[in-house]
Amino acid sequence: LLRSSQPLTGPNRRRCREDERILGTILDEGERGFIIDTRSAQAAKQARMGGGGTEPKGAYPQWRRLHRALERGRPLQESFTRLVEACGDPSLSMDRWLARLDGSRWLGHVKAALSTACLAAQCLDREDSKVLVHGAEGTDTTLLVTALAQLILDPSCRSLQGFQGLLEREWIQAGHPFQLRCARSASSHARGKQEAPLFLLFLDCVWQLGRQFPLSLEFGEELLLTLFDNAYASAYGTFLCNNERERSLCKVKERTHSLWAWLNQPEERHKFLNPLYSHNPLVIWPSVEPQSIQLWQGFFLRWIRPSQHLEEARGEIRRLVEGN
Amino acid sequence: MEHIRMPKVENVRLLDRLSSRRAVVGTLYLTATHVIFVENGSETRKETWVLHSQISSIEKQATTATGCPLLIRCKNFQVIQLVIPQERDCHDVYISLIRLARPVKYEELYCFSFNPKLDKEEREQGWKLVDLNEEYNRMGVPNNYWQISDVNRDYGVCDSYPTEVYVPKSATAHIIVGSSKFRSRRRFPALSYYCKGNNASICRSSQPLSGFSARCLEDEQMLQAIRKANPGSDFIYVVDTRPKLNAMANRAAGKGYENEDNYSNIKFQFIGIENIHVMRNSLQKMLEVCELKSPSMSDFLWGLENSGWLKHIKAIMDAGIFIAKAVAEEGVSVLVHCSDGWDRTAQVCSVASLLLDPYYRTMKGFMVLIEKDWVSFGHKFNHRYGNLDGDPKEISPVIDQFIECVWQLMEQFPCAFEFNERFLIHIQHHIYSCQFGNFLCNSQKERRELKIKERTYSLWAHLWKNRADYLNPLYRSDHSQSQGTLHPQIAPCNFLYKFWSGMYNRFEKGLHPRQSVTDYLMAVKEETQQLEEELEVLQERLANLQKSQSGNNKVKSKQQDRSKQFGLYTSNNSLANTPQEYSNDLKSFPSRSPSQGDEDSALILTQDNLKSSDPDLSANSDQESGVEDLSCRSPSGGGCLPSEDSGKDSDEAVFLAG
Repeated sequence: LLRSSQPLTGPNRRRCREDERILGTILDEGERGFIIDTRSAQAAKQARMGGGGTEPKGAYPQWRRLHRALERGRPLQESFTRLVEACGDPSLSMDRWLARLDGSRWLGHVKAALSTACLAAQCLDREDSKVLVHGAEGTDTTLLVTALAQLILDPSCRSLQGFQGLLEREWIQAGHPFQLRCARSASSHARGKQEAPLFLLFLDCVWQLGRQFPLSLEFGEELLLTLFDNAYASAYGTFLCNNERERSLCKVKERTHSLWAWLNQPEERHKFLNPLYSHNPLVIWPSVEPQSIQLWQGFFLRWIRPSQHLEEARGEIRRLVEGN
Repeated sequence: MEHIRMPKVENVRLLDRLSSRRAVVGTLYLTATHVIFVENGSETRKETWVLHSQISSIEKQATTATGCPLLIRCKNFQVIQLVIPQERDCHDVYISLIRLARPVKYEELYCFSFNPKLDKEEREQGWKLVDLNEEYNRMGVPNNYWQISDVNRDYGVCDSYPTEVYVPKSATAHIIVGSSKFRSRRRFPALSYYCKGNNASICRSSQPLSGFSARCLEDEQMLQAIRKANPGSDFIYVVDTRPKLNAMANRAAGKGYENEDNYSNIKFQFIGIENIHVMRNSLQKMLEVCELKSPSMSDFLWGLENSGWLKHIKAIMDAGIFIAKAVAEEGVSVLVHCSDGWDRTAQVCSVASLLLDPYYRTMKGFMVLIEKDWVSFGHKFNHRYGNLDGDPKEISPVIDQFIECVWQLMEQFPCAFEFNERFLIHIQHHIYSCQFGNFLCNSQKERRELKIKERTYSLWAHLWKNRADYLNPLYRSDHSQSQGTLHPQIAPCNFLYKFWSGMYNRFEKGLHPRQSVTDYLMAVKEETQQLEEELEVLQERLANLQKSQSGNNKVKSKQQDRSKQFGLYTSNNSLANTPQEYSNDLKSFPSRSPSQGDEDSALILTQDNLKSSDPDLSANSDQESGVEDLSCRSPSGGGCLPSEDSGKDSDEAVFLAG
């Protein structure tokens, strides 16, 4: 599984021998690879006007390109805001609620993200093909797809330790611009152009996986909520800045503490564990039918819905599994 | 058997509903009670059994190159798509099924031929499991305020009511009879639930025949009697569960609702729940959404909204909440009615009772609740669920809605119910299956005339026998959630209502969480119990051996890592993990089907299973999650489990053997 950003083909259909060689050497003789472009075919084409574009077929003969449009940026932010507003509106009738849930399109984005990740996973697992994922910048929807695909495929990413590693690798070090994306409160109305809840979308998708495979993730909802909180405002330096370079310039490692160090302390760690977890060596294929994708109540209704009964249930589960 | 034109057709294809690419070939059989599809192939002769009673509609579709398609839709939401090679055969099957699915006489129904090989004593005992007299006594009646009336002993007053009803002490026979003449279908106000804590009660009836200005002294006295039976309150609520417009329209037909001016000390309340026709259409629309191929999130949500289904569920729930509040918090009695008092009234009374009284949240209590508010009070099972061929306009998913309300509550209060989702689904299944006699006919009178108890078996006994399958591992009777009244959140709460894919997409295994937390926890619970029992035994032995030597070794082995023992329980995925078709571009991919490879989309009921008559799927889901299949619950607490963590190969072996 590879990731990159878009090739700078531009309006003049530039080529780059080095790039072609890299992608060429990755594949064996006669082997086929897939490029999953997280933009629509049209958007990708239009990107040429701005100097970007897609890999021309002729130059990359062994690679087959698939387009899966995933929302990002402002439209994603607005989708999220609409949903949050719908959740908080007490005056809605049931019809209006469903209409606004639908109108927010948020669940559609969750479905699309999971589908694309599954597609990538399928290429790797069932087709034994290599996959290259990129969008425009390679810092948003790209990471969403690669991180989810790994969760689906690789059981080691589903352990608490492994999941932290996945986040470090596929989000933090890969250069998701946390500072730009999470500069202000997620549902704030005063939004910068660069703000978008991509990371939250990822966490939502992870939650969906956990709901469909409740025994297969070593961590629970509590961890996902904690990660969300820390991405926006944190006592730790893990999610600071936009990339490794900035972190290095700011001397983040010398001047702050790591979130992981805190999480992994025994007295903290157990709060985040899923008592039902059992190592599952197999690939977990989620269903992406609409019936299977549900509103992440623990997040969206976090401050709206009384959680007492569900917490009691969680406590009961712990008690059953771990003993009195 | 005279209706069966073609008892057997070969080379029939059973299609996966979602993907025509995945089809199995087999033989179709028609018997007097079932349609059976048996897969060809030497290894797994998988069988799909469908009771005729379950068939809701049959659609013969246009013949294609591959054959003549036949779509069978069932009342338990199973959808079966067959392709029969010869058009003539297809037509014969179609005609036969049409007749078989629309029985004319009760004797045609499966319950009269179903034979679980129990002796007469056991059968009778089964019918005695739920005793309504016991239930009323448990509630605390008869007492100073309430008495049994036998005025209806020969069904002379109201033929859809039971022979024994509970009425206020001050309601004489004269008052009852007079009131019954002023009520639609003569369904006079009678006790549904009595709250001994504060003497408040829930009573039920049908609409008064008040028209625009008619009055009836006895009916007014009846309501007064209800009020007087609760000294703690000086008024009662009268709740009309219809939309105001409908109720008003009824006045033109000489019926209507209670006028606050005429009835002293009542507070009247409309709670608009739509009628059976609206509900029938609503379900229809929702099922159409379920049948969409590859719907987008929007298609689904829009379809769900358009059906209005969740809105109706919420309306029923809101009514129940209102009544429960009136009784528990205000200590005010409530009289509930709709038009005829056998649909919405039943729904609302039973939801309110469930909220109020934790007994109804136990398995036994729930059976009692259904017997009381649905069976005894004359809910028209035959008309509503089509036991016999009848007027399609009478068909409506009334009890289905109630059952869904229970499920919605279970999702909000996971520790409050002794039973699990499977219990609800099986009850729904058997309401339509006519395999047991509980839900036949339209009234107690009809059931007694048919001698149901002498000629059929009780579902309750069957469920009770298998109650281990229906337990909720999170339930503890001493838990705070299981005590007292439940208080669901009201406004905002729309988001709390979820689409019940476990029911409406029941047979599409791939849509549901692939690992069952319930089953896992039940297994843990059982294992814990066994270990604790063993521990006791061993501790005893240790104490005995104390004098001679140290027998520590055996005791220590108990403390093995329990999680390792359960490694097997997660082995579901070998079957469960067939990916859907995530892409149209990759033709080599498995075709789009959440249902994994095999059995899942169909019902397995082999001849052996038939005796225990448990439908299906839940058994399948257990297999997938690898829990139920692993009956290696040997006394040694894990003898046949692998010693290390989930040995994948051994897990798969278990599955393939299943």
